[in-house]
Amino acid sequence: MIEVSNLTKRYGQKVAVDNLTFHVDQGEILGFLGLNGAGKSTTMNILTGYLSATDGVCRIDGHDILEEPLEAKRVVGYLPELPPLYLDMTVREYLEFVYDLKRCRLPKAAHVREICNTVKLTDHMDRLIKNLSKGYRQRVGLAEALIGNPEVLILDEPTVGLDPKQIIEIRSLIKSLGEKHTVILSSHILSEVQAVCDRIIVIDHGRLVADDTTENLSRHMSQDHRYVVRIDGPEKEVLKTLSAISGMKEVIPLGKKEEGVYEYSVESGEDKDLRREIFKRLAERNWPLLGLKSTEMSLEDIFLRLTGGKPVEYRQSSVEEDLEDSREAAAKAAQAARNPQPEPANEEEEEQ
Amino acid sequence: MSAIFKRELKSYFTTPWGYVFLAVMFLLGGYFFWDVLRHASTLLRYVFTSLVNVVITLIPLLTMRLMSEDKKLKTDQLLLTAPVSTTGLVMGKYLAAALMFLIGIAPTIVYAVIMATFAPVDWQGFLGNFLGLLLIGMALLAIGLFISSLTESQMIAAIVTLVIMLAILSFDSIASVMPAGMAFLGTLLGALSFTSRYSDLVSGLLNLSHILYFVSVAVAFVFLTIRMLERKRWS
Repeated sequence: MIEVSNLTKRYGQKVAVDNLTFHVDQGEILGFLGLNGAGKSTTMNILTGYLSATDGVCRIDGHDILEEPLEAKRVVGYLPELPPLYLDMTVREYLEFVYDLKRCRLPKAAHVREICNTVKLTDHMDRLIKNLSKGYRQRVGLAEALIGNPEVLILDEPTVGLDPKQIIEIRSLIKSLGEKHTVILSSHILSEVQAVCDRIIVIDHGRLVADDTTENLSRHMSQDHRYVVRIDGPEKEVLKTLSAISGMKEVIPLGKKEEGVYEYSVESGEDKDLRREIFKRLAERNWPLLGLKSTEMSLEDIFLRLTGGKPVEYRQSSVEEDLEDSREAAAKAAQAARNPQPEPANEEEEEQ
Repeated sequence: MSAIFKRELKSYFTTPWGYVFLAVMFLLGGYFFWDVLRHASTLLRYVFTSLVNVVITLIPLLTMRLMSEDKKLKTDQLLLTAPVSTTGLVMGKYLAAALMFLIGIAPTIVYAVIMATFAPVDWQGFLGNFLGLLLIGMALLAIGLFISSLTESQMIAAIVTLVIMLAILSFDSIASVMPAGMAFLGTLLGALSFTSRYSDLVSGLLNLSHILYFVSVAVAFVFLTIRMLERKRWS
């Protein structure tokens, strides 16, 4: 359905997208994962014909976006990072305008109503867009993409700015849309992509670092055996005992959490499950184990793993420094324990 | 194209600018016509020559938002990713502004009809005047459209458009004060003059080359606007 080969986009000296090649099959939900500024939005803008690539080819439903733009654009519904809304129109006026703009042939009023139903906007159809909250504006943007039932949906961070309830609704909506449509969804939140997508593409600094099914990637990630344990016992002795377990790679104290209770981040070697061993050792010394949480890999960890081993001299941004720092201090692990998917720390602006 | 045309036309009336433009055009047009009647004259030409100056100050109101607003609101992402050609997009906007302009100058037809009840009207002269005003307006609208595509700010677009229009209309007076060494520049400005062509049309001289000149200016600037949009994709 969508074929991208050797896509490159340069802004002067800066390479925003670097030789990207991937394809999306019909009916697939593809997750586009990357930190801010990784080139997600740029790639989507090229796919939809808003920007032109410096090099490479983009085909949608067999139509080259440069050579047959109208045919290609007709099958795509696009929700950009910032919903493109005319603030002085009501929701109904706006959606009817989009309907005319896309030259749809479905019955107009019924189609607009149906789409408003889908994104739960029916009660707000006659309100001016400028009076809507961010979450509702995001829904109007989504409705705009859905007008005309395009076969391909390209959604750039569709859940940004929504409250948790709306996020869950939108995610299930996208999942249900994926049954009939081909969807590309970008996000910097791993759990979101995991929850919704069949396949994940990870890009970093414009380069493809992973392209795999969600299960494979998750398996890849779950090989990481890192836990946060909370133990009632003297810190130094517990530390010594934990470190003495054979197969233990790293034990990092995370400090006092309650009176006499300390937390530790422990990491075992490859393919070793040390949870039982930890329990046994602690039981021998009569130190109650108050908690044991496996920390899922954060996006940063995945990036480190996926880009690990490769030369990384082109990664000069603050991301790497953040990672280095956090590794040393293991603050990341603590954060990850409390909040499994922390948002990436770096604030680099997304390139337009 | 028709969707964009309709939206632009509607947005003139959801913002004050459409009303301001039409109100001032109708009010001053009416005043100039009343002035002609008051002097028991039949020369509608005075209405037109006065209206040109009004038009110049009002055209920025029609064109300032056209392209700049989309850039600012990022709605250009919607328009440029919709199955509409860039030409259709720009033409839709241009024609909406052109229709507003036409509505603004349409009452002059009413004035002519009213005048006809008092005395025979020189219809060829009227046609020349009307066509002259229409053509100069279309050319200036295209220039305003192009300037609007260069910036995100309506204010900047409006001010720059106004300044450029004043400059264009003073080509003749600038040309006449050129020092001897710069005579070629004077000739050039004289050749590009809007006003000398306009006064020819106003005096009833329907010269095809003059008509073509205004049409070419309009086409050239609409084309440049299209190129500006295309260029953005490649930068």
